[in-house]
Amino acid sequence: MMRKEIKKIYYIARKDLKAYYLKPPLISWGLMLPVVFILAFYFRNPQGIEEVIPGLVGLTILFSATSMAAIVITFEKRTEALERLLMAPLSLRTILVGKTLGSAFFGLLMGFVSMVLVTLFFGLKITNPLSLALALILSSVSFALIGILISVGVREIFEAMTMANFFRFPMVFLCGVFFPVNAMPVILQVVGFCLPLTYSVDALRQSLLPDGGLMHRYLDLLILAGFT
Amino acid sequence: MEEVICLEGLSKKYGDLVAVDAVSFSVHEGEIFGYLGPNGAGKTTTIRMLVGLTRPTSGEATLNGVSILKDPVRAKETVGVVPEASNLYGELTAWENLVYMAQLYGLPKKEWGARAGELLRDFGLIERKDDKFQVFSRGMKRRLTIAAALVHRPRLLFLDEPTTGLDVMSARGLRQVIRKLKEKGVTVFLTTHLIQEAEELCDRIAIIVKGKIRTIDTPAKLKNQVQEVEILEMKVHPLFDSLPKEMESIPGVEKATLVEGKIHLIGKSVHQALPPIVAHLSGKKMQILSIQTLTPSLEDAFVKLTGVDGEIMRVDKPQKMGGGG
Repeated sequence: MMRKEIKKIYYIARKDLKAYYLKPPLISWGLMLPVVFILAFYFRNPQGIEEVIPGLVGLTILFSATSMAAIVITFEKRTEALERLLMAPLSLRTILVGKTLGSAFFGLLMGFVSMVLVTLFFGLKITNPLSLALALILSSVSFALIGILISVGVREIFEAMTMANFFRFPMVFLCGVFFPVNAMPVILQVVGFCLPLTYSVDALRQSLLPDGGLMHRYLDLLILAGFT
Repeated sequence: MEEVICLEGLSKKYGDLVAVDAVSFSVHEGEIFGYLGPNGAGKTTTIRMLVGLTRPTSGEATLNGVSILKDPVRAKETVGVVPEASNLYGELTAWENLVYMAQLYGLPKKEWGARAGELLRDFGLIERKDDKFQVFSRGMKRRLTIAAALVHRPRLLFLDEPTTGLDVMSARGLRQVIRKLKEKGVTVFLTTHLIQEAEELCDRIAIIVKGKIRTIDTPAKLKNQVQEVEILEMKVHPLFDSLPKEMESIPGVEKATLVEGKIHLIGKSVHQALPPIVAHLSGKKMQILSIQTLTPSLEDAFVKLTGVDGEIMRVDKPQKMGGGG
């Protein structure tokens, strides 16, 4: 029974990748995102680029995974294609996991590409490959789930994008992407610690840079897994 | 006869609105069961509850003996659904769509290609197998949507307004497909607002109005329910305005009227008065050009049973556009 379900999860995710995620326009949009982020910060302050790289990688995964999950599901709701899955002999869990894995894979791919870029061009050394891999995977899954959550409450793609930004933009400023969480006022720190990007960026920082983070990197990963 | 679908007090409420009101009936194996009603009567809501898209507010239903509430996944395994919108995946080809459905319905891998090919041939789409669904015409989309519902060889097929928005030839082709499915032993649950389509295809018809079942019977028996009088239509030459009055004097003819150059003779058993009618016309040196008995249509039965204007039912529903995905 479990094997059957896993197979169907795989077919749903593979169909989404083929039909939507691995199309040239989306791949190029996904690749533009980290390149533009990194270059913008590099030209502004070449010496300080290393400090913001973990945050930029986290942002890349956040924007890729949430956008795609929200857009694809809202699109399929709009065209009623999502109903095909609901009418098939599939549990809601199978559908949810299949849809999540498709967009999480896209987020992971974009996170991986941005990692390759920063290690190639800025000579960044990966201090802990295992925690880096786990951080990339858990961040992708957790952000894809945010995208799916957004798609539940909207009917149009523009609504999905507006709603996604409602969740994402506070995270850009409150999760340690550009400045440390513990340097913010206490009330904002509390908000920051309630957001998954904080743990994603902290785990990535400790996997890429020698300096210590907010907490042990595996505690970050555990909390991130909790969000997932 | 085995009951393939069984509904017991199935209801759906949206706030104060009762879309489907304690509906109970069963559908027998191998029959085409029509579910007829005007737009907004509750047809699609019933089908959505049965196929797992909407949870009933109360009541119970089984498909092939499996409860849709207690074991929805297993209930859906032997069921094929053709929704009102042709909603396959626009970005996938016809072949890929069918293979994807085969995967979701758990067909063994070795059967995917063979089954997809067989269906594409049956539905006349094999030459377009590598074309994306989004470039297909409306009729082709509809055919592929039906093919997709048959991938796993279901014993029961739900068809929601299958011919809505199709041209005459495509609609006729689809009706032939439905008849062939019945020949193969597939039970068909057909919702439609087209009375003629229901009359042509269905073994039994349920009429639903405002969420309630008004009646369930065969088309012939539904028509008999409203056949209270016989109407004899005659074309005679020459036709005089005084003829109806003369005819009404013949025992058995309760009423006579002129309709579009013909005379309608109405009575409870007007055919028994035919010999004196013919004798009267011959005596007047009038020639009988044609003579026929008019029977009530299913539309007459529908109007009588529901109080809904049959004209409303002839209007095609606005077409839902699906399948962009």
